[in-house]
Amino acid sequence: MPFTSRFLPSALTMDAIRTHNLTRRFDGLTAVDRLTISVAQGELFGLVGSDGAGKTTTMRMLAGIMDPTDGEAWVLGRHSVRDSEAIKDDIGYMSQRFGLYPDLTVMENMHFYADIYGLPRRGRAEKIDRLLTFSNLTPFKNRLAGNLSGGMKQKLGLACALVHTPKVLFLDEPTNGVDPVSRRDFWRILYQLLKEGVTIFVTTAYLDEADRCNRVGLIHKGKLLACDTPVNLKQLMRGAILEIRTSDPRRTARLLRNRFSDATVGLFGDRVHLVTGDPGTGETAAVSLMSAEGIELLGIRQIEPSLEDVFVSVLSRQGGAQ
Amino acid sequence: MNGTETGYAVTLTDLSKRFGDFVAVDRLNLQVGRGEIFGFLGPNGAGKSTTIRMLCGILPPSGGSGTVAGFDIGKDAEEIKKNIGYMSQKFSLYEDLTVEENIDFYSGIYRIPAIKKRERKEWVIEMAGLREHRSSRTAILSGGWKQRLALGCAILHEPPIIFLDEPTSGVDPISRRNFWDLIYHLAGQGVTVFVTTHYMDEAEYCDRLGLIYRGELIALGTPEELKTHQMTEEIVELFCDHPQDAMGLIEELPGVRHAALFGRGLHVVVERAAAAVPAIERKLADAGYTAVQPERIIPSLEDVFVSLIEARDRQEAPQGEFSR
Repeated sequence: MPFTSRFLPSALTMDAIRTHNLTRRFDGLTAVDRLTISVAQGELFGLVGSDGAGKTTTMRMLAGIMDPTDGEAWVLGRHSVRDSEAIKDDIGYMSQRFGLYPDLTVMENMHFYADIYGLPRRGRAEKIDRLLTFSNLTPFKNRLAGNLSGGMKQKLGLACALVHTPKVLFLDEPTNGVDPVSRRDFWRILYQLLKEGVTIFVTTAYLDEADRCNRVGLIHKGKLLACDTPVNLKQLMRGAILEIRTSDPRRTARLLRNRFSDATVGLFGDRVHLVTGDPGTGETAAVSLMSAEGIELLGIRQIEPSLEDVFVSVLSRQGGAQ
Repeated sequence: MNGTETGYAVTLTDLSKRFGDFVAVDRLNLQVGRGEIFGFLGPNGAGKSTTIRMLCGILPPSGGSGTVAGFDIGKDAEEIKKNIGYMSQKFSLYEDLTVEENIDFYSGIYRIPAIKKRERKEWVIEMAGLREHRSSRTAILSGGWKQRLALGCAILHEPPIIFLDEPTSGVDPISRRNFWDLIYHLAGQGVTVFVTTHYMDEAEYCDRLGLIYRGELIALGTPEELKTHQMTEEIVELFCDHPQDAMGLIEELPGVRHAALFGRGLHVVVERAAAAVPAIERKLADAGYTAVQPERIIPSLEDVFVSLIEARDRQEAPQGEFSR
């Protein structure tokens, strides 16, 4: 492996996570394709993409659970294949299924994970108490995990992944199917962990969540399309977005689609978004179209693109989804 | 009462469901018009699924009444099942079957007459953009294709109303937008769409939203109405470095209910923005923050959702845990 010496991180500037051309193939399919990223210690990094984009496979390789077909990865300076056992002591991994035992209580699940990680008996009770308090689960410690709500299961999964005080935390779509109130709670806990210096690597299919990360990688069909802070990623947006509100949003969207191309018009309930190269010209065209068709214009303004808009813009340039 | 005649696809009067002592759905009153896209929101365990099961004729109500597509949900459960489409986040497709085989399978379930079968199959394949994949195994399709195929299978029998249970989980944004274009198209033809979701950006696509909590409908209106009329508090947005530290400082101020991370900034829920904005500026300036520039904004749907639920929690003791 010719890159090993060049890319082996030195202890001084050690990244929490570093990959070089990380690749994983299954039969004919390249699930992860030459992924090169680095995540600094204490950073909250989001890997964003749809189902099947390669997020979980990437995470499994980083956690030392799956070997790459090609390329390499290091976690806290340890090689993901050669030192995979040592990596496991330093990381917490919360998979999509959380790995909870539904017929064990909250407390029993915690003890089970403490056993797995070989946590010393001494100090164990205090550690578990602290984690339960931290995740607001103390009142439910004798409840069977199977009877917890989605939001509470998620927090228990997190508490179990933290039982051995890991330095790097891997969370695979942790908020899938969780309601907004519980999600806010969960992100609050994550920020608490960041304050304590934990590095967090999280995957999500939801762009509004990605906006909460320090840095975001957009992955599609195994390839990294872009990787930067949310603010910088928004610079990748081609064109400006006009938000148009009218008395008949559905007809407005139809008319704009006929006038401009399909891909530039989006209908969001009572608002229509138009992506335009020049907001001035776009606005004039939209206003005259509305008045010609007798549709009452309630408002038109330029808005800041969301990460979703950026993702769509970047993907369209790559030849579209599917 | 016939819903088709009244112009309503769904009418609910005091609809209730009890499991023993637990009231899962508490006197729900609601009317959904034909061709409307209605978003049904609420935290886990709020009564969403119980309501949908009653609407689909799967679970009999314990009290009150309702009609779906003109049929009584207490008495005509079988008729309802024939007149609705249902699609869940699991998509219920057979991964080992090809696209065509899945469609044929659902044609059988819905007893589509032989004479219409071919036409409906072609319609689904066209709609889902699967012409080149009609003989592909379903397992190899992307999330977006599976989603459209599942939608097609759920409406093979041309039901006047469809129920979508978190339909876009794990689907990429472009496919999600295409999916909503299809939904708007169906709604334009008069099909009523009843959708549940946890994602507020998706809720924005709906014509009208209902928020259910502890079995009760606690808010109802268009996304715009909910954002402008439903909140008693005001929202202040600000951007700063180390927002997680700033949050703690801001929450110490009087008149501040709480602060939450929102995108790369903070949303602060306050009693009155006019008083809170200078107070926040001063507090953060004292702590060494510069150019924070808090400003009052229109709340997001997430702000409204969280605020309404917290207001309800303040009125009553926190919801008791229960297990089924």
